[in-house]
Amino acid sequence: MTDAPATVTLLQETRHRSLWSDVWAQYRTHKGAMLGTFIFVFIILLTIFGPYIHDADPQFLDIRNKNAGMSWAHPMGTDNLGRDMFAQVLYGGRTSLAVGITAMLLSLVVGTFVGVLAGYFRRLDGPLMRLTDLFLALPLLPLLLVIIMLFRDTLRAAFGPETGIFLLIVFVIGITSWMQTARIVRGDVLALKEREFVLAARSIGTPPRRIILRHVMPNILSPIMVSATLGVANAIITESALSFLGLGFPSDFPTWGRLLFDGANFMTLTPARVIWPGLAISLTVLSVNFMGDGLRDALDPRIRGR
Amino acid sequence: MLNYTLRRLMFAIPTLLLISFIIFAILDLAPNDPTASLPLTIPPDVRQQIRESLGLDQAMPIRYFKWCVQFFWNEPLNILEQWTGWTIGDSENRLRVISWQTRSPVVDLIVERMPQTLWVVGMSYVLGILIALPIGILSAYKQYSWFDQFGTLFSMAGFSVPTFFTGLLFIVIFSVNLQLFPSVYDTTHEVTDWASFWVQVRQMIMPTMVLALFNAAQISRFMRASMLDNLQQDYVRTARAKGVRERSVVLIHVLRNSMIPVVTVIALGVPQVFGGAIITEQIFRVNGLGQLLIVGIQGADIPLVQTLTFIFAVLIVAFNLVADLLYGILDPRIRYD
Amino acid sequence: MKLKFILTTTCALCVVASAAIAERGSDGQLNIIYWQAPSTMNTYLSGGTKEVEAASMVIEPLASYDPNGNLVPRLVDELPTVENGGVSEDLMSITWVISEGITWSDGTPLTAEDAIFTWQYCTDPAGGCAQASYFDGITSIEAIDDRTIKINFAEPKPYPYTAFAGAESPILQKAQFQDCMGARAPECTDANFGPIGTGPFVVSEFRPNDVITLEANPNYRDPAKPAFGSVLFKGGGDAASAARAVLETGEYDYAWNLQIEPEILTQMEAAGKGKVVVSFQTSVERLHLNQTNPDPALGDMRSVYDEGNNPHPFLTDPVVGKALSMAIDREIVVEAGYGRTGQVTCNVLPAPEIYASTANDGCKVQDMEGAKALLDEAGWVPGSDGVREKDGVRLSVLFQTSTNSVRQGSQALIKQWWNELGVEVELRNIDASVFFGGDPGSPDTFQKFYADVQMYTNNFAGADPEAYMGNWRCAEIPGPDSQWQGANIQRFCDPAYDALVDEMSKTADLNERGRIAKAMNDMLMQSYSIIPLVYRGGTSAHANTLEGVRMTDWDSELWNIADWTRAE
Repeated sequence: MTDAPATVTLLQETRHRSLWSDVWAQYRTHKGAMLGTFIFVFIILLTIFGPYIHDADPQFLDIRNKNAGMSWAHPMGTDNLGRDMFAQVLYGGRTSLAVGITAMLLSLVVGTFVGVLAGYFRRLDGPLMRLTDLFLALPLLPLLLVIIMLFRDTLRAAFGPETGIFLLIVFVIGITSWMQTARIVRGDVLALKEREFVLAARSIGTPPRRIILRHVMPNILSPIMVSATLGVANAIITESALSFLGLGFPSDFPTWGRLLFDGANFMTLTPARVIWPGLAISLTVLSVNFMGDGLRDALDPRIRGR
Repeated sequence: MLNYTLRRLMFAIPTLLLISFIIFAILDLAPNDPTASLPLTIPPDVRQQIRESLGLDQAMPIRYFKWCVQFFWNEPLNILEQWTGWTIGDSENRLRVISWQTRSPVVDLIVERMPQTLWVVGMSYVLGILIALPIGILSAYKQYSWFDQFGTLFSMAGFSVPTFFTGLLFIVIFSVNLQLFPSVYDTTHEVTDWASFWVQVRQMIMPTMVLALFNAAQISRFMRASMLDNLQQDYVRTARAKGVRERSVVLIHVLRNSMIPVVTVIALGVPQVFGGAIITEQIFRVNGLGQLLIVGIQGADIPLVQTLTFIFAVLIVAFNLVADLLYGILDPRIRYD
Repeated sequence: MKLKFILTTTCALCVVASAAIAERGSDGQLNIIYWQAPSTMNTYLSGGTKEVEAASMVIEPLASYDPNGNLVPRLVDELPTVENGGVSEDLMSITWVISEGITWSDGTPLTAEDAIFTWQYCTDPAGGCAQASYFDGITSIEAIDDRTIKINFAEPKPYPYTAFAGAESPILQKAQFQDCMGARAPECTDANFGPIGTGPFVVSEFRPNDVITLEANPNYRDPAKPAFGSVLFKGGGDAASAARAVLETGEYDYAWNLQIEPEILTQMEAAGKGKVVVSFQTSVERLHLNQTNPDPALGDMRSVYDEGNNPHPFLTDPVVGKALSMAIDREIVVEAGYGRTGQVTCNVLPAPEIYASTANDGCKVQDMEGAKALLDEAGWVPGSDGVREKDGVRLSVLFQTSTNSVRQGSQALIKQWWNELGVEVELRNIDASVFFGGDPGSPDTFQKFYADVQMYTNNFAGADPEAYMGNWRCAEIPGPDSQWQGANIQRFCDPAYDALVDEMSKTADLNERGRIAKAMNDMLMQSYSIIPLVYRGGTSAHANTLEGVRMTDWDSELWNIADWTRAE
């Protein structure tokens, strides 16, 4: 995902060195990042094309075949209603990845935006940070109940049951998880804007927008990357909590978090039910983390020069 | 700095009032109901009477105003009376904030829950920080070493596997199979001597470790990332060139400059200690503030949830102020005035 | 001969010895775990099952229900009946005589005044008493003498055992609660958390929503009981871990309400530390088929009964309901979600035996082909997408229930069968605190029923179904006029049914009441507005070392806790 624009620019500008080709060159030398990218792309391809290869219906109940172990027909066994686990993990991956990445991006964009504005412009600092305090203090569960009550039927009517709920979940996770990023980014910006290079840029009359994009943003990339990694994991898990409360997708709609949650009590009976979804979440988060590491290193001119 | 602090404190009062009103409005709007958990054999007219006896038939602004009076005026007076032994006004008939579920004063409930919350959640937070900082510092200093890779794996696994899973796994391994630790936390246990202290430690180990793992994962990632940024800075090279000992370069100069995001994360986490850990408390039956909150939410116990959430909001505002003040100490160039 | 004599004498000695051991408090501590924690010990302030059961260790009613649903004397020597003169011939009053020598745990005697006070306490309009329905129809309670209580009814009561029968209406001590009437009820925190009772235990510490510690009552009427000296009653967590604490780790002796997937329970039981006990009362997991139109386009008229002018597009047709019922394999629903704790049923009124009909038992076996043929015959034929339709109406339903992993499993199974039948199904689950909340502002309550089909469990208190069967009168239909209150959830309305309800309220003969109840049950079943699925039992688990448990779902599970003992 993150390397896609880099690849495109690489193809166009192989002749003359540009920022993006440098970044890509550095990124490629980062073993962890390449491994992460490979795993991540593999997981995405698997969830997209896997259901065509393993064409079991994830919602089909084969009750006579419940709690089955691994077999050719059911590579990951079946659950307590006889649903094929592999098919559920594949389909669940589509939803979990989509929710995880979109919600993470949303919360990252909002968090960074609020954080940078609050950190850079003193006048905005007070109001924006009090807004952050408010969001931090809101009781999540009652808020969710209210949001669902107010918007579920409207969205369901406008976009259909699945897209409507997808948008709702992404929105809910996004708006309830940006605060940490905002606080961290603001803290870093507060320190950065007093540094010599920012003062220098300001003294030669660089407009704030350019200072922020050119000088501030590249220097706050590391905490943002960490937030992104943690954000994906957080979004996947939060989604499962929402579904569990009946606020998310319908109950027969598998997602990784939900599979893990439903399987938890079956841990000793059919361990496959928790191992595979758990592994899928961990691998995704780990690969996003390594990609983030690689990207951060690649974008850091001090490292790239070496 | 003092000026700034005072201004922030002044500004906190209207902010908190606004927050308390918004929280109340959300709780009131939420579609759950205090009679939902009653058996269906209780007929609708009796349910209506129960609602009326809770005051639910009054308008929302009136109920909010009553809560404000009870919480901001009556409760502090009560505490004052308890401390000083004075009697102020008509203290017999002064209405306290009463929980709908237990029909007892909310403040008493909170006080009752404090010990186990601080023991388990507080301890796990301290432990989490103590684990996270060395891991973060060391894995940044030795970036891409086996230690760093292992630390990354450990912390990512710790964060991506939810506590409902790790908690259950711990119980299956340590309580069911090895029979080492109790799976149920006994809140009535009192520490009086070494033997009972050991019992307390044994019942705390699992919930504390589950939470500490989760907290450590997050903090160590921010610590590592921030350290990495600073280790590449010019001042580090200068310090080394000047012949400053490596130990003090890393632990004094770099660490101090890397603390800003870490302080932010830690400060954001402290109120959550008081908010309790809902899932972990549920799994191990620690029954601290987190469990109190979730039971309150499930039972639509508005006075209880409102009071808890508001105290939570006060802590958030307070600790974010602390974080802001710490920024100024860590990096004197940061100025608010 | 001699040897035999010695053996018998030693054995007689050992009997004597064990009887001697069975003295109060000799068996140490009893550990009980309830995964929902009680929030008060006053049954009248919170009607939740968890509170009622916790309080039943301390405060007692005059009579209790045994595991078979029969009323047995508790604080009285015999049950009043028409035969022994305890119930008046005209059914207008009932007279209870308290046994001699019953005292409260503080040593003062239990008198008729306490019963009168309890009635006044619960019927005070400002108190919000959760058990007020137990005192319905009572005009007065008088004390004939210190130990004789006479309850007078406004009209003849064929079943007079409501007040002070069963754990929901125990007797409170007047001396302790007399300053706590009406609006002052919540202020008596000490009394509400530690009521003085006549039961086997006394509260020593109560931590709301967490843990209760109790000691044996020093003034309990049987000097040899209870065998346990103290009780630790822990709350919180979830059902699976409560079961684990009894069956696998052995930390606790008794765990309550274990609605978990049967295979998990079986696996835990295999650890050999305890056993699972099940008791059936009248709980039936059922589907309600909305008889009114829940179409969102209707706005204010959504799911509102309008004298039959707002019917559901297809669910009022009994043929569709019958086909939906025939397509369900109840055996599998039970096997997947309930195991031993559920039985297949075709009646909404499954017990007691004299009320249980057998006329509908055909539904116990799935008949998919028959269901398809039935719909084909009625003109519901599959369209291009496999969904049956007739005159442009598609058989497409929104199926909602509360959030609960067993229910979501049943939902998935039923969806599959209905899809096979040619019915499109969308599933929805709603948090229980909203679904059962009854908030008129929420669209998701089971009373509003903004869906086509919904599933939940209901039962009735006590052993008499009159009030329960009265739920399906036309007047009980929820709607905006009544703030959506009313128990006729599926909006069934039939004047013939209402006539049967009236008939039952005037009939005193037990067999005749049984016949009427069966007729009402069959009428409901044949309307196919309600589809019973599973007759559900209460499920608990106790340690192998715990003896004397006689689990009942008709009363508090802890009703005979005084008789529980620890086996060696």
